[in-house]
Amino acid sequence: MSKDYEYMLKAYAESGGAPEVFKDSRVAHLVVHKNKVYGSHTVKGLVLEPRETETGVDISLLVEKGQKIEYPVHLCFGVLPDQGVQEIRIRAKIEDGAGVSLLAHCIFPNAVNVVHRMEAEIEIGNNAFYEYNEVHYHGTTGGVEVVPKAKVKVGDKSYFRTNFSLIKGRVGVFDLDYEADVGESSVLEMTARIFGYGDDRIKIREVGRLSGKGSRGLLKSRVAVKDNAQSEIFNELVASAPEARGHVDCVEIVQGNARAKATPIVSVLNEFARVTHEAAIGRVDKKQVETLMARGLEEEKAIDLVISGMLK
Amino acid sequence: MKAMEGELLKIENLSLSLGGRQVLRELNLKVEPGAIHAILGTNAAGKTSLAYTIMGISGYTPKEGRIFFNGEEITHYPIFKRAQLGMTMAWQEPARFEGLTVEDYIKVGMKEKDPGLIKEALNFVLLEPREYLKRVVDKTLSGGERKRIELASVFAMKPLLAILDEPDSGIDVLALDHVVNLIKEMKRRGTTILLITHREEVAEIADKASLLCQGFIVKEGEAKEVGEYFKKKCLPCPVYNPEEKIEEVVEEK
Repeated sequence: MSKDYEYMLKAYAESGGAPEVFKDSRVAHLVVHKNKVYGSHTVKGLVLEPRETETGVDISLLVEKGQKIEYPVHLCFGVLPDQGVQEIRIRAKIEDGAGVSLLAHCIFPNAVNVVHRMEAEIEIGNNAFYEYNEVHYHGTTGGVEVVPKAKVKVGDKSYFRTNFSLIKGRVGVFDLDYEADVGESSVLEMTARIFGYGDDRIKIREVGRLSGKGSRGLLKSRVAVKDNAQSEIFNELVASAPEARGHVDCVEIVQGNARAKATPIVSVLNEFARVTHEAAIGRVDKKQVETLMARGLEEEKAIDLVISGMLK
Repeated sequence: MKAMEGELLKIENLSLSLGGRQVLRELNLKVEPGAIHAILGTNAAGKTSLAYTIMGISGYTPKEGRIFFNGEEITHYPIFKRAQLGMTMAWQEPARFEGLTVEDYIKVGMKEKDPGLIKEALNFVLLEPREYLKRVVDKTLSGGERKRIELASVFAMKPLLAILDEPDSGIDVLALDHVVNLIKEMKRRGTTILLITHREEVAEIADKASLLCQGFIVKEGEAKEVGEYFKKKCLPCPVYNPEEKIEEVVEEK
């Protein structure tokens, strides 16, 4: 095992991952440091083909028809030095009746000038599912630029779910852009939880198009910013089919000189569709803080508990 | 300055104004240790304002008067310091917390995080621990469930003084008996209760009661006696019934 691989596993554990899964033959995995594939393993029904490029890795992921992958596929992407670029391109296809969950840890513990770009094209068939949980672990310098982009097509009677979490270390610059088209009776859920401080910059753009009859969509954002950090959230849901239902739910907590902006856009193009939204931006709720203080917590600890709960 | 021996809570000449309106007027109150002391009054009598002022909630700083707790003047103490001295409050409409489980919420106030006590507290308010411990204290709970969790968290904290703001509101009839039992059990375990209510039948479980009207305490004494007076003089409330005179109630101040 190379030193870098050992360091990757150590950082992976620190970010909340369980490195022993990489020894479990039942669990598919992929470990990528910069543009080098350090480890790769697949299971029956899953085709996982990484190809190293000059600046990163191109990944082809296919879940074969009718195959539901039993254990989450573990992905580990990272740049350990303080400088570097990593570009990950994912082409994923989930065939009819198939399904997979992925758990990705993205690790940049020493970043001073690191760029991580992720570009995904995901095609989900009918009666299929794709779940993508992404956890970031950054250092404290804020020298990371993270740019994830995804275009997703969800077939009929299927679901697509993402959970993005960046609550350890400095965010740096974060610019997420996801778009999804949702078919008949299918479900879209996109959740992002981010904590920014220092001079972090957070931008989230999520668009869901509920174009299938009876489709459902939920865009949920939970962001806390303090110091001089700034966040901007654009959540857009467009319902163009009968019985389509959607909801945009955005909460941003602001402390110190931080700034936050939320733009929920809801469009309904069919008289039998319905989309709602709620957005709350501001200080931590006074009543929540005072409730915890009445149990003996000092104000700062009460605020921390409210924020950590929201980002959990 | 030390309060007189024999009082856990002592309030002297307390006056409070909110938005230019006086809501508490030269109020005096003594609560004996180990007692259930009811604060009875109709809507807008100043009951919740009194509870918030005792607990030190922001915006409820008295313009005059002093509050003593367990012999120590706490008039200008922050909320957490009052809580650390052994005082807490169950809110009439408790806050909800995204991501915080019932178990973690109850633990916040506990010095010793005894899992047995957490389960006992939930059982007391008719919430099955196995079902509720890992649930989140957010909008997925009904108002009644949230309220019972609030009472359970106060029980588990084992405070010297528990201020219970309308603990019966939003609770169904079946659970009400259990809430009453919980309050009695808290007393049995040494917690003094300041019971805020607008129902004389709830105030009946108290040892003593004070009747609050328009920010004044207009009558004090045995809970039963004050309850009967309340029923006779305050229902319907003369403040909201111009045909009767409020002076009749207030004159005893």
